[in-house]
Amino acid sequence: MATQSKAMKITKRALLVGGLAVGGGLAVGYAYLRDKPGTAGFGAFGEPGAALNAWVKITPDGRIILAVPRAEMGQGVYTALAMLIAEELEVALNQIEVEHPDVDGKYANAFILTEDMPQFRPVIWLVTRVASALPLIITGGSTTIRDGWEAMRRVGASARMMLVDAAAERWGVTPEDCTAKRGAVTHAPSGRVLRYADLAEAAALIKPPADPQLKSPAAFELVGTSAPRLDVPAKVTGAAEFGIDVRLPGMSYAAVRQSPFCGGKLVSYDADSVLALPGVEAVVPVHGGVAVVAQTFWQAKKAIDALDVTFDDGGNGALSSQSISDLYHKALDSGDVISVREDGNFTRALQSSEKTLEAIYEVPFLAHACMEPMNCTALVKGDTAEIWLGIQAPTMSNWGAAEGAGVETDKVTLHVTYMGGGFGRRQEMDIARQAAEIARAVEGRPVKLIWSREEDVKHDSYRPVVLSKFEAGLGESGTLTAWKNRLVLQSIELDYGKRNLPDMLVGNGKADPAILRGAADLPYALPHYTVETVLMDLPVDVGYWRSVAHSHNAFFTESFVDELAHLSQQDPYAFRRALLSQAPRHLNVLDLLAEKADWNKPLEKGRGKGMALHDCFGSVVGQVAEISLSEQGVLRVDRVVCVVDCGMNVNPDTIVAQMESGIVFGLSAALYGEITLESGRIVQSNFPDYEVVKLATMPVIETHIVSSTHTPGGVGETGTPAIAPALTNAIFNAMGQRIRVLPLKNSSFLSV
Amino acid sequence: MVYTLKVNGDTKTLNIDGDTPLLWVLRDHLGLTGTKFGCGVAACGACTVHVDGVAMRSCVLPIESVSGSDIRTIEGLARADVLHKVQQAWIDNQVPQCGYCQSGMIMAVVAFLEENPQPTDEEIDSAITNICRCGTYSRIRKAIHQVANTE
Repeated sequence: MATQSKAMKITKRALLVGGLAVGGGLAVGYAYLRDKPGTAGFGAFGEPGAALNAWVKITPDGRIILAVPRAEMGQGVYTALAMLIAEELEVALNQIEVEHPDVDGKYANAFILTEDMPQFRPVIWLVTRVASALPLIITGGSTTIRDGWEAMRRVGASARMMLVDAAAERWGVTPEDCTAKRGAVTHAPSGRVLRYADLAEAAALIKPPADPQLKSPAAFELVGTSAPRLDVPAKVTGAAEFGIDVRLPGMSYAAVRQSPFCGGKLVSYDADSVLALPGVEAVVPVHGGVAVVAQTFWQAKKAIDALDVTFDDGGNGALSSQSISDLYHKALDSGDVISVREDGNFTRALQSSEKTLEAIYEVPFLAHACMEPMNCTALVKGDTAEIWLGIQAPTMSNWGAAEGAGVETDKVTLHVTYMGGGFGRRQEMDIARQAAEIARAVEGRPVKLIWSREEDVKHDSYRPVVLSKFEAGLGESGTLTAWKNRLVLQSIELDYGKRNLPDMLVGNGKADPAILRGAADLPYALPHYTVETVLMDLPVDVGYWRSVAHSHNAFFTESFVDELAHLSQQDPYAFRRALLSQAPRHLNVLDLLAEKADWNKPLEKGRGKGMALHDCFGSVVGQVAEISLSEQGVLRVDRVVCVVDCGMNVNPDTIVAQMESGIVFGLSAALYGEITLESGRIVQSNFPDYEVVKLATMPVIETHIVSSTHTPGGVGETGTPAIAPALTNAIFNAMGQRIRVLPLKNSSFLSV
Repeated sequence: MVYTLKVNGDTKTLNIDGDTPLLWVLRDHLGLTGTKFGCGVAACGACTVHVDGVAMRSCVLPIESVSGSDIRTIEGLARADVLHKVQQAWIDNQVPQCGYCQSGMIMAVVAFLEENPQPTDEEIDSAITNICRCGTYSRIRKAIHQVANTE
């Protein structure tokens, strides 16, 4: 977690910005001052001064608008941020409207991403890289950078205090005699009341408080309750606007064909083969392939399917999942080993162990398969570009669109919509660049580019293939004394960086924290603890997939811990307990899990249960999976009990929903998920061959939230890692078969 | 070719290629973007609409095959300001997360409950095969039971 701790050391001068909103009224925002300009030519960082983060506006007609330059992709962020504001501003949640401000060059600042979104850790480390790699000097009083827990409340509290001061000034009374409640300020001694709407303009002239008074958590009335989500009503009527729903006057549509070969390049295409087809307007070469523009999407789709196009195989025609696996197994023993953690003396500890164990685990590439296929709408006019899309990383999309359109980054305006799933896929800028390239070719006309599901599956930034070898030793009483883990995989940092960042920011991948989390930072007491990596280079794009390395490392480590428990002839719960004496938060989750899951109660024959514990993104999660195996060997996941300690709760129902969501995502991967290669091509193409959990295969999930006073941790990804090992440990419990390779559909003794 | 459809009660006449799937007719020609594109091969159900009262996956339905039909989409489900009871149950149970699959999910469930007002879990499992990547299935099941009053 070196990068996170570095992030915490970045200090800056934070300030509250108050002032008159456009059209009157009060606007209060949160901003960070930069004292020095960024590198020339790197527009997003070009200007010194304040980079405005989220802000709240109170208009003279009484609307309260919270603008957050980030997108809702299902994780409930709109509602959670609005709840923090509403709590301190003393308004009802349903009085707040949340909107996406357009992101132009000025706001396309990496710091925007670091704020108030614990779920977005993968971006945060990246931003930390950006910040540390650029000559930015950020000084001043250190304050929290990790989340909006404090920042959003400070915004709300400041606005409230300014409104109270404005009322006191108007009445000629002291602010101490005034109270703010339910969107109005009351002067109790005289009984006078003024609504926020009537105070907004006057409040805008008041200096924001240097140190706004925040409520103590004990006084929270809204935060900590399961308030209904603000985005739900629009999502049951079809009214919610996703990127793919954007409609502009005179808009054309585009479909794309990209190389079927990983790393393949466009050799030639015959535009004349489709230009005469109905509605076709243009054929445009783009990054990764070629696009057809037509009057309707269906016309574009038919034309791209009919287009005579040739790609080369990039020299990767012999690459297959088997050849990759062989290569990785070879590298396990003979590759360049990078040591990332070395506590104690593993070799000596292993030699003096009573029992030893070795195991090799392997997981495949995984696609994100967001329900909404990749899409982006773009309009290029002269030296400006506008893009519309649902995106997790506006900054990179801004750069991508600028490159594709051939304009400066500060000439790009980005309109952010709802996302039909993100899961890490929408941190890539590829779609924005392609859309801008196409829009540039038909300048002056807006174009909506939509990838087919097949393009989406075959051109993802996949969760990497990983090979993980363990060696461990047990002492006399069965205690774990030596632990060594060697991981063979591609560096996500390096791969993502090459695709999405300017050269100067691309790391060397050497101690890539994105691939080590959940392996090199285990909560267990391991006196002799060695972790190593061997980095591989493949022409297959890898990127951030919900919970990133935790998604595979939890499977590896928690399965192997289970193996060691059995080797030591201890119950897996008791075995873990003994290793957590120095980790009270984890121990508490584990104990509650054992209680809620009736861990000590045996199951009937043909059934099994397995346990896993994992911490990530500032939260600790424990899960028990219960399965049954029919006589025909059909596996069914019956029940999952989940215990989460994610610190103080903003919205418990959202936490429960996110645990359910993360578990299903991880379960789909464990049961079915794999992207494979044959002859240099991705084999899978659509949901029929990239299966996921459906209603019929959905287990009962029971989530229990630990009452906690810790700073809020992430919940969007934390449900995912533990389910795979909980499930495979349950299979071992039921039938004594150890699963070391995913997905389960490939285990011949099971049909899922 | 000219085709006529009744969409949410309104008659629409369209001059388009006969192989254009109903999904794109609704979205691109009629501006009804509540119906979603997910897979294009009738595998995910995000594009589910009612064709003459039957839930169908519109991404593989050429307009020429449904000409003259009565189409109902998510936009035509609520009556004036009153939500359909399935939509209301979706709100009561806080079903949607990203929300992208939910139009199709709701349309599939509405048609299913019209046919089978009090389904068992097994019947729900075999009838509702739409995909939700956010994993909202538990809440979908709960919402269906709420409407059916079977729990």
